Amino acid sequence: MAYIIEMLHIVKTFPGIRANDDVTLQVEEGSIHALLGENGAGKSTLMSILFGLYQPDSGVIKVRGKEVKITDPNAANELGIGMVHQHFKLVHNFTVAENIVLGLEPKKGPLIDIASAEKRVAEISKRYGLEVDPKAKIEDITVGMQQRVEILKMLYRNADILIFDEPTAVLTPQEINELMEIMRRLTAEGKTVLLITHKLKEIKAVADVCTVLRRGRLVGTVPVKDATEAQLAEMMVGRAVSFSVNKKPAIPGEVLLEVQDLKVKNSKGLLGVKGVSLKVRRGEILGLCGIDGNGQTELVYALTGLAPVEGGKILLNGKDITHLPVKERLEAGLGHIPEDRHRHGLVLDFRLDENLVVHNFQKRPFSKLGVLDYNSIRANAERLIKEFDVRSGEGPATPSRSLSGGNQQKAIVAREIDRSPEVLIVAQPTRGLDVGAIEYIHQRIVEERDKGKAILLVSLELDEILDLSDRIAVIFNGEIVAEVDAAKTNENELGLYMAGSMRKAV
Amino acid sequence: MKSSKRLQLIVPIIAVLLGFVLGAIVITITGKSPGGMFLAMGRTLTGIDFTGRTGINLRYVGEFILQALPITLTGLAVAFAFRTGLFNIGAEGQLMVGSLAAVAVALMVKAPPVIHPIIGILAAMAAGALWASIPGLLKARFNVHEVVVSIMMNYTALHFVNWSLLQFGSVDRVKTPEFPPSATLKSEFLANLTNGSRLNWGIIPVILAVIIFWFVVEKTTFGYRLRAVGFNKDAARYAGMKVEQNIVLSMMISGAFAGLAGAVITLGTFNFGRVLPSFEGYGMDGIAVALVGGNHALGVFLSGLLFGMLKAAQPLMQSQGIPREIASIIQASIVLFVAMKLGIEAALEFFTRKNGNSRIVSRKMGGKK
Repeated sequence: MAYIIEMLHIVKTFPGIRANDDVTLQVEEGSIHALLGENGAGKSTLMSILFGLYQPDSGVIKVRGKEVKITDPNAANELGIGMVHQHFKLVHNFTVAENIVLGLEPKKGPLIDIASAEKRVAEISKRYGLEVDPKAKIEDITVGMQQRVEILKMLYRNADILIFDEPTAVLTPQEINELMEIMRRLTAEGKTVLLITHKLKEIKAVADVCTVLRRGRLVGTVPVKDATEAQLAEMMVGRAVSFSVNKKPAIPGEVLLEVQDLKVKNSKGLLGVKGVSLKVRRGEILGLCGIDGNGQTELVYALTGLAPVEGGKILLNGKDITHLPVKERLEAGLGHIPEDRHRHGLVLDFRLDENLVVHNFQKRPFSKLGVLDYNSIRANAERLIKEFDVRSGEGPATPSRSLSGGNQQKAIVAREIDRSPEVLIVAQPTRGLDVGAIEYIHQRIVEERDKGKAILLVSLELDEILDLSDRIAVIFNGEIVAEVDAAKTNENELGLYMAGSMRKAV
Repeated sequence: MKSSKRLQLIVPIIAVLLGFVLGAIVITITGKSPGGMFLAMGRTLTGIDFTGRTGINLRYVGEFILQALPITLTGLAVAFAFRTGLFNIGAEGQLMVGSLAAVAVALMVKAPPVIHPIIGILAAMAAGALWASIPGLLKARFNVHEVVVSIMMNYTALHFVNWSLLQFGSVDRVKTPEFPPSATLKSEFLANLTNGSRLNWGIIPVILAVIIFWFVVEKTTFGYRLRAVGFNKDAARYAGMKVEQNIVLSMMISGAFAGLAGAVITLGTFNFGRVLPSFEGYGMDGIAVALVGGNHALGVFLSGLLFGMLKAAQPLMQSQGIPREIASIIQASIVLFVAMKLGIEAALEFFTRKNGNSRIVSRKMGGKK
């Protein structure tokens, strides 16, 4: 079969790094071609070159057999190449149809003919099974629906080659399944799909061919049906990856964190946590699972002092911390790996070394009499960078913003674990990370448990909960609906609790 | 990092050059020669008469530095608040209450020379801080926008200060009685050095303020906290910092810088309190100085000198037959060009590198994650 896209011997360097080093990618028409690699492997750079955002230093791009120069995204559009970005580019107070036709509005005289735009959008969405209401406003529809709007935008512009940049990072499991269905439907209609991802499951589920990049270099291109997840992971990381976490049975000690009938309001002013009680013991990991938006965030905020408590009690090692400010909770032995690393975890405009002392900058040796000691701050960063394998361009002086997501997360994990808190609250520790980083972070969490810390793990990823936890609590609609032994449960049972269709007396 | 630091320096320099070019173009359009403007500026900066008709006159240099003093301070005031994510548009009002406090100390307190102006300066800083604490508290407590409050407080300050000054007794209703000699920052030494200019000891607190600004913001735990709050309030809160308290403190310190400017003007440039018909624009100049100076101590210092030069050159330009408003045009266009930072960076990329290996692109890449 003919290749619709050929990128031959692409080289692209940025100051300090070779993002693409002699990479060749050949995509067959009508296939779903996955591009796999760790964070920072050069996937996004390669696709940005194809979409005209960057120019390669050398190499040839051919589309439908003809050599082309893609100078900007408009040139890419003319060649029938469209891209769904990880962060959607939609106008929130416009309707679906208005967003789709933006820039190519059908006109009646000087006026926009919104009726025919809506009709056309409805036609396309029907043809590809992308049900979405053309008259709905973007701000009123779910993230999954917004993604469909992005896809429709490309189809409206007659794109044949669709690039998806990490499309599942923001979706729920159900939405992911629907997206895969859409991709299959698109290829059935003759479109070609390029899927950037680091999730092996998705590749196995939907892709035909997979090209693997590692540190800017091409590792290989393999038919997906011939490769196992383990083989793909090894190609991506460069070594064998263990998928299940290696851990000994827990030896739980006394209760370190106790939550009694906790009530917390959510951002809408309603009770988001409606009387939760939990106990986490020394030397165990309690996993808290649930579908997104069932009170997990509010619970974590209340425990860590970021949101006020409406009722109930939080005891840390027997001490009542319910109404203490953040600082005093930290002093009392609480640690927190926050779910949103950009909002809470890091000051992105700080250097890496500055970010690694946000809790301790007032203490010796990082400052004396209120004056910062940058030598100690730098030395601390160098130690943590080495110990936790944080990969950064300029070491301690790297602007935190320029670190890849995985390395930002590693930096936060390094900082929190290094403080060695008695109780560690870990929220979404591996969201958006590749298998190598996930494996590493999981290992460190289990190590903390084995050192006798109490760990509360909050995650939306069921696999993560099942792999790491010793006990599992399920939260639904702000209440704990079940608490089970991790060794004696499975995905199906948890799924029923999570959906609220089953309850178990706690 | 290194190269981005270099850009931080290059962009304002280019903006300044473009501002001068634009000024020269405007002069040419009005049918005059821009040479006169550069002669005037050269003389303001160095005291040298480049036409060769007269010799060096250092009075011009003294007056130029004098003009730079208060706007450097209001520049520091704006920059300090900005580093904590606050926009202190009220430096004007804080400056006025600062000068009121300085007047009060000068006229009502008896103290030996040297000590007397120091008390005046401290009182002015305290007054500025107190005045600025109001928008700070309202912001921290009720999330009322500091811009709105501090603008309104500028008017309050204008009328309150004018009324208060008249209570000291006045013959002409535009100024207070003169200060006793012990109270002022006047310096015969500096005046003699600069051929009788009004340059005075106010230069010392200004230089100290620049150094203190740099040290506090860049080197202390307090500055670290303020910067963290300024960059990302949520992360600061997560790390256990008291965000609200830092907002109030930052506004107060910002106000203290502005209040100091009031003392430097009142005790240094003049030796009486002045009843003002309207704002003198020190607060607005401070915003421009902070912007061009990139909110850094050294940058504010340099841009304070630049804007002081532009102010001081105006009478000389007029004597060359060039409208003094040209200086304002240059000042405004420098601010505009600095605001066009991204465009200047992109143009630099375009001219320095041909194959599209641009920093802007690499920043995009970094910023995406």
